[in-house]
Amino acid sequence: MPAVGKENEGYVPEILVFSTNNVSDPGIDLAGGAHLPYSPAVKVISVPCSSGIRPQWVLYAIEKGFDGVFVAADGTDCAYRQDCVARTGKIVGEAQELLANHGHAPQRLKMAAICSVCAEQFTGYMKKFAEELQKLGPSRKGSL
Amino acid sequence: MSTLKIGVYICHCGGNISHYVDVEEVRAAVAGEPGVVVAKTAMFTCSDATQQEIIADIREHNLEGLVVASCSPKLHLFTFRETARRAGLNPYQYTQVNLREQCSWAHRNNRRAATEKAVRLVRAGIARTNLTVPLEPFKIETVPAVLVVGAGVAGLRAAVGMADLGMNVYLLEKEAQPGGWVNRPGKMYPAGRVGKEIIAQLLAEVQERERITLFTGAEIVEKSGSVGNFQVKVRVGGRRRQEISLNVGAVIVATGFDVYRPAACEYGYGFTGVVTLPEYWDLLAAANGNLIYRRKEIKDVVYIYCVGSRQDPEKENAHSYCSRYCCSAAVYAALQTAEINPQIRQYHLYRDMRTYGKSELLFTRAREQGVRFLKFAGDNPPRVEEQAGGRLQVTVCDLLTYGEEVEIRADLVVLVTGMVPRENEQLVKVLKLPLGKDGFFNEIHPKLRPVETVVDGVFICGAAQGPKDYPESVASALAAVTQSAALLKKGYVELEPLVATVDPERCRWCGECAAVCPYAAIEKGQYLYRQVAWVNEAVCKGCGGCAPVCPGQAIDLRGYTDAQIKAMIDGLLKGGL
Repeated sequence: MPAVGKENEGYVPEILVFSTNNVSDPGIDLAGGAHLPYSPAVKVISVPCSSGIRPQWVLYAIEKGFDGVFVAADGTDCAYRQDCVARTGKIVGEAQELLANHGHAPQRLKMAAICSVCAEQFTGYMKKFAEELQKLGPSRKGSL
Repeated sequence: MSTLKIGVYICHCGGNISHYVDVEEVRAAVAGEPGVVVAKTAMFTCSDATQQEIIADIREHNLEGLVVASCSPKLHLFTFRETARRAGLNPYQYTQVNLREQCSWAHRNNRRAATEKAVRLVRAGIARTNLTVPLEPFKIETVPAVLVVGAGVAGLRAAVGMADLGMNVYLLEKEAQPGGWVNRPGKMYPAGRVGKEIIAQLLAEVQERERITLFTGAEIVEKSGSVGNFQVKVRVGGRRRQEISLNVGAVIVATGFDVYRPAACEYGYGFTGVVTLPEYWDLLAAANGNLIYRRKEIKDVVYIYCVGSRQDPEKENAHSYCSRYCCSAAVYAALQTAEINPQIRQYHLYRDMRTYGKSELLFTRAREQGVRFLKFAGDNPPRVEEQAGGRLQVTVCDLLTYGEEVEIRADLVVLVTGMVPRENEQLVKVLKLPLGKDGFFNEIHPKLRPVETVVDGVFICGAAQGPKDYPESVASALAAVTQSAALLKKGYVELEPLVATVDPERCRWCGECAAVCPYAAIEKGQYLYRQVAWVNEAVCKGCGGCAPVCPGQAIDLRGYTDAQIKAMIDGLLKGGL
């Protein structure tokens, strides 16, 4: 498979999405089901709850070659915990600090609540995030 | 890196995937991944034949891990876990890769990029599978009771059905009276039974059953627990409002629909003589020899179909779906009208006649009795005008006579209104019910799991799920009865063993994890004379919220371990970008 040269004019930011099994994943599935296109450079890893995402995973993804990480959070729809928004927010804050400490722009990590029917919101966020990452340029691979 | 012996199956999904992703290229690209000993494509991996083939492969090659790259795990995670189990492979050593909803369907305009993405997704799935270990589900006892929300025709029938299967039933009705939309004085298609009588009969059956407790003026305010054992708080109205706590194993939601209310001036709504179909039913039920509206005898009736249905999707909050019951209901109203007074002239202005199934016979009867049917185009609807003297005039372009413009003078215009979702904000919030694009509750799969929702143990039925007539509502209510009773009668549910685990070597008990656990599933335990965190596996819900807060990185969530997530990231990036 040919590697896509990142330094090219047509640089397409690679985005890793952390999604949740019961809330944002159905929303992202619905985007596909409704044939709403978004960049194939978006890849999803699903976890049960966005409060379980480790800040180290975000750093790992950026250091290994993703240009941005998007946390598709449960928001207030979380079936696990009422303080999910606050907890996920805290993790995102910690992860951004971790990125900054390793010389990466903290804007490479974004979070938004994606509900189980938020298909259009999801594709909208992907478009906007890709534009922001385009301005930042490709991430620098790290030493992890 | 140690690997397992893994089988990988890439699904065409009959073209849903293979039209947009080169599945053969994906297969070739992943066949050499660490651990992969079998890599195949299949037209439908979920078919019996392919499942049999997978089972044979697992046995022949002593496979230790299985990856199926097909649709969303929402659909077939459990199917293939079961396939693995039948072959003697631990179901938790299975990984489903979402190539349809999250790849082929989303990237239909770029086969090359979609294929590359598919390769990366499958590699991540293989990497995850290599790090799986055999796990066994936990069993918890189920509470033999069900909460039925909504006491319309579907809820009442579900309550009776559950009681007859030996379950205790709590039946909640938000209104002061049970019965819902069917509880009306008019006759209903297909059998011509009076709605009120159907409800009265069901209520009598409810009263006969000691297992059923009916609460009116009642609403859910809180829900906790999980499938098989929910704690639900209900606010009961009446003079003394009070909250009661119920313990149930499952919830059936049967909250029904609302009728579409036309906007002011939509097809003349607001003019004297322009009524909705439900308003017309009441006129029919009250008729005695003649059809009277505001003390005037009705001689000419015009029906306009598809009011509030099949709306232009571009319109804001459009009801773009077909309400499907209204054609039959309007044709049945025509037959009733003809029965009251055969001299009444009836004109039905329709877009497409959808008197499906046995209702087609009603349509034939109506035409035989002289009811006139005119067909209009969706983009050229009829106009309703009020004339001097209070009569109404309807103008329509009739496609059946090559677009001839027809003017009809009418005493009454019946707007054949569709079904719309009910406002149920509180219920949606408490039960975390998924809504579809149309605003009705969403099932997991319209064909395979039509009454189940993504919330385990919460079922939906009736018109809360989408437009249905009353026989269809009753049928779906009984489907919900079967599904929830199957769950509860077994006496236990198996819970995912994907819970938090503590590495006691790394744990230095600081209590951070216990402090963030909403279920009090983490306690202080002993390990080699030191204090460490200990997870109560039956209580842990597997959210993983404790893992990121551990300063020693001693906690992992099974199925989503630190090593697995990192291996997946590596898999997604492998070979450079």
